[in-house]
Amino acid sequence: MLKEYKTVSEVVGPLMAVEGVEGVKFDELVEVQLQTGEIRHGQVLEVNRDKAMVQIFEGPSGINIKDTKVRFRGKPLSLDVSEDMVGRVFSGMGEPKDGGPEIIPEKSLDVNGQAINPIARDYPDEFIQTGISAIDHLNTLVRGQKLPVFSGSGLPHKELAAQIARQAAVKNSDEKFAVVFAAMGVTFDEADFFMEDFRKTGAIDRSVMFINLADDPAIERIATPKMALTTAEYLAFEKDMHVLVIMTDMTYYCEALREISAARREVPGRRGYPGYLYTNLSTIYERAGRLIGKKGSVTQIPILSMPEDDITHPIPDLTGYITEGQIILSRDLNNQGFKPPINVLPSLSRLKDKGTGEGKTRKDHAPTMNQLFAAYAKGIEAKELAVVLGESALSETDKLYVEFTKRFEEDYINQGFYTNRSIEETLTLGWELLSILPRTELKRIKSELIEEFMPEGE
Amino acid sequence: MKKGNIVKVSGPLVMAEGMEHANIQDLCYVGDMRLVGEIIEMRYDVASIQVYEETSGVGPGEPVETTGEALSVELGPGIVSQMFDGIQRPLDSFKEQTNSNYLIRGVNISSLDREKKWAFKATKKVGDVVEPGDIVGTVQETKVIEHRILVPHGVQGTLTALADGDYSLEDVVFKVDTEDGEKELTMLQRWPVRRGRPFKKKLNPDKPMLTGQRVIDTFFPITKGGAAAVPGPFGAGKTVVQHQIAKFSDVDLVVYVGCGERGNEMTDVLNEFPELVDPNTGESLMERTILIANTSNMPVAAREASIYTGITIAEYFRDMGYSVAIMADSTSRWAEALREMSGRLEEMPGDEGYPAYLGSRIAEYYERAGRIQTFGSDEREGSITAIGAVSPPGGDTSEPVTQNTLRVVKVFWALDSSLAQKRHFPSVNWLTSYSLYLDDVGKFMDQELDTGWAEMVQHSMNILQEESELQEIVRLVGLESLSEKDRLTMLVAQSLREDYLQQNAFDDIDTFTSRTKQYYMLDLILSFEEEAREAMRLGAYYKEILEGTSDLRDRIARSRSIPEDNLEKITQIKTDMKELIHQIVAEGGMTQNA
Ligand SMILES: Nc1ncnc2c1ncn2[C@@H]1O[C@H](COP(=O)(O)OP(=O)(O)OP(=O)(O)O)[C@@H](O)[C@H]1O
Ligand SMILES: Nc1ncnc2c1ncn2[C@@H]1O[C@H](COP(=O)(O)OP(=O)(O)O)[C@@H](O)[C@H]1O
Ligand SMILES: [Mg+2]
Ligand SMILES: [Mg+2]
Repeated sequence: MLKEYKTVSEVVGPLMAVEGVEGVKFDELVEVQLQTGEIRHGQVLEVNRDKAMVQIFEGPSGINIKDTKVRFRGKPLSLDVSEDMVGRVFSGMGEPKDGGPEIIPEKSLDVNGQAINPIARDYPDEFIQTGISAIDHLNTLVRGQKLPVFSGSGLPHKELAAQIARQAAVKNSDEKFAVVFAAMGVTFDEADFFMEDFRKTGAIDRSVMFINLADDPAIERIATPKMALTTAEYLAFEKDMHVLVIMTDMTYYCEALREISAARREVPGRRGYPGYLYTNLSTIYERAGRLIGKKGSVTQIPILSMPEDDITHPIPDLTGYITEGQIILSRDLNNQGFKPPINVLPSLSRLKDKGTGEGKTRKDHAPTMNQLFAAYAKGIEAKELAVVLGESALSETDKLYVEFTKRFEEDYINQGFYTNRSIEETLTLGWELLSILPRTELKRIKSELIEEFMPEGE
Repeated sequence: MKKGNIVKVSGPLVMAEGMEHANIQDLCYVGDMRLVGEIIEMRYDVASIQVYEETSGVGPGEPVETTGEALSVELGPGIVSQMFDGIQRPLDSFKEQTNSNYLIRGVNISSLDREKKWAFKATKKVGDVVEPGDIVGTVQETKVIEHRILVPHGVQGTLTALADGDYSLEDVVFKVDTEDGEKELTMLQRWPVRRGRPFKKKLNPDKPMLTGQRVIDTFFPITKGGAAAVPGPFGAGKTVVQHQIAKFSDVDLVVYVGCGERGNEMTDVLNEFPELVDPNTGESLMERTILIANTSNMPVAAREASIYTGITIAEYFRDMGYSVAIMADSTSRWAEALREMSGRLEEMPGDEGYPAYLGSRIAEYYERAGRIQTFGSDEREGSITAIGAVSPPGGDTSEPVTQNTLRVVKVFWALDSSLAQKRHFPSVNWLTSYSLYLDDVGKFMDQELDTGWAEMVQHSMNILQEESELQEIVRLVGLESLSEKDRLTMLVAQSLREDYLQQNAFDDIDTFTSRTKQYYMLDLILSFEEEAREAMRLGAYYKEILEGTSDLRDRIARSRSIPEDNLEKITQIKTDMKELIHQIVAEGGMTQNA
């Protein structure tokens, strides 16, 4: 029924030009049938009169220009969804990959999603306790937030992400929740680490996994996060679940985009990435959130490795401009053996202010947070000064700051990947550390709070 | 209407042939879904159209129909308190009409409510001769905004009819007998967004726009009619600064354009503003706020249009004689939208892929700010203060958007990530920021406050600059090497930084500081310096002052939390401080004599 074209005129990298086409629409799904009978999927990137430019997700290898048949499906790339997806493993294109049965679809959804009307958004303000002090207290995660982890090669982002997935809980809540996991271009080991961890904790029965590994087709990675988010939205907004989406590694997603852009000979932006990288990433990250009148939520923890640990690289840079904060891992802390090696000063949660405080966590949350940040910043400076001029050059106060900083890194940050601290435990620890400093240094905390919470006998 | 045919679709760019009848900048309906677009280029009969909605599913052969009219905004009662998208579609009615949480396509919706009746009060009478810009009547649009109905441009003559009572937007409320016959006029006007609304003349913007933010009002002030840029890397505080200004600045009306930024940030404003009380009027902030939301994931072409939609609305209220502030967060995303369209048009790229006309577009935008005398016989004055966030890649401000912006704005609030990381907020770097309005504002404040304000500000800035030089020395050879005097300078500078420049936007009291309180606070810190210096001249040691005043300095630090209606507490600290330091001198004298 669908018209079949055998008019492929060009294959350049992941792109294919098909000529003499009729009625082709921008963005529509394409089926490419190789001479071997193998079916690949594509998407229309541009249509100019009777010529369509198609991006092939599974890549061009083995395509024969003369014998390849192309069908335009008249609909965008879609995913069949149903609640039975929970507990299953799929490829980066959404095909079952675990030997299980095909999904009997409840509906078929356009994976590109649609922009949420800002009026329909419900501002995320529900505290998620991850059990990690450096997050809960200092860079608080809330339901519906998009909070990426900026990592680097060899840093333990997967341990951190797995710890969050394992420990994340919302106070006084017994609602349904699920984990959607998207792997893009990562090694088998990394994907397997997550699966193993999910299996051990039983989380696997609550998760949906989309796996595109390092040796899977690169362009498929462009579709993978969209598959994951389409599933997440379906579970959150139609099945009332709280969904945590972990996406790793966004860097490979961006590289796939760069490959397409280069093949199209577009004017490159910074470091060869396309000028529209910001807009493109936003169509992924902005799919996190809550909607008024809906019970569920989509919380995103994208993971990306910063090339050469460079935070000004376009991928972390543009991500930081879109997401609601970032958790940054530090090679230095990692080398010192601190787990998790979270670099709290440049880390940030933009949504912490409405998710914390009286009735959510505790009224001393924000003031102690501000004070810890200020003290840690000052302590690091004092430490640096001591390195240059010697310990003796420090004032008495500065020496206390150095002591504070040591304890802060060793006890507060370095809690390990398997310690689950309640927010109260974290706050208590925070006060204990602050008690090292003279009271007059605690300018960020109101005196009444100091009276109420400061441990006795400092 | 004549139709053309689509020949090419590439993302937000659609090309259609058979369009020889259309004009550049015409608005058109694209494809079977009738998506809204604008013609940006013509070659022979082929029009290049930027489409304000997602184009997936659109293809060659589908029709394009031009409206023959440029992209325009609707102006009239019903604008204030609304949230619109980049092409002025009201997002609440959008949600209602579509019954969807998403921005689905091809929805035709009028910008302003046609049904609603407004109480129109005539302010002229039949027989009066009117000219463009004259106010013929008013509508109390919100509790704080009196919407003034102006005689449109190009209309001049004698009023032949003037209504008074409840009318909707399309009812005729006045008639003017002009040279070209009688004109029937309503409360509704339209204006093409890419054309600035005319005015009689520009005036020097020399009166401060107070924002309640200490580092801004005191050190880097902006004026009514001025223009400012806020560049900074992500997380530096651009959005918070703009939200704070939107909340607290002493203008009549605020237009906030969320241009390619986060959806939740618009939701935040939408939730928070109605609850917040405007310190200047005592009414809800939403009563004077207009929001334009074109978030990052909304169509990129509409993002390009959004700042023009915003500033045209701002001009309209300016023309009524109001002071308006417009914020755009972020102009970099607007520039990127421009770059994306330019790339798809295969134009010659300039610096970093931006089109060669980037600089002139930025300048044109900021030129629409200013303090002006409006049209109309009553010589009204209005102003637009334009504040734009800039998001430089990697925080490096040598890039084209920042550089082109700095060429046209007079205030530069440089946000600094190292300050932000220390949670020194607002992270305005006091050494690199500047305001070219500082002198004008200083003079004005000296008159208003009848004090040496300008001098206090200059002195404080000198201390901060001196501190940065002293810090260099400390870093090299240690604190020990500093003289007593220099140590005091460091101490005062620390107080200026931590107790004055830092201001917590999320603290109920600290979030806003009135001009008077700013004066009290700065005076307190500088008086401490003066007393301490005098004490040291009289023989007190720095250490004695440092140790003897630690509780007192703690009180100085906490003076930010003193409520506006209790400022005598600050005076009390000042009195206590003098007494204490005199005591230190007296006692110090004794130890020395012994
Ligand atoms: N707000 C700031 N802006 C720029 N640099 C800062 C700021 N705050 C601190 N620093 C940097 O931190 C270092 C010292 O800061 P700190 O606040 O500890 O100084 P201080 O308060 O004068 O120290 P002390 O109280 O021990 O005399 C300096 O190198 C300075 O450059
Ligand atoms: N004046 C302030 N007081 C307290 N916190 C602030 C202030 N300004 C910024 N912040 C903090 O910094 C974060 C980032 O600020 P934001 O304005 O969103 O940055 P940007 O727009 O530059 O990316 C905010 O979420 C908030 O936590
Ligand atoms: Mg210090
Ligand atoms: Mg921002």
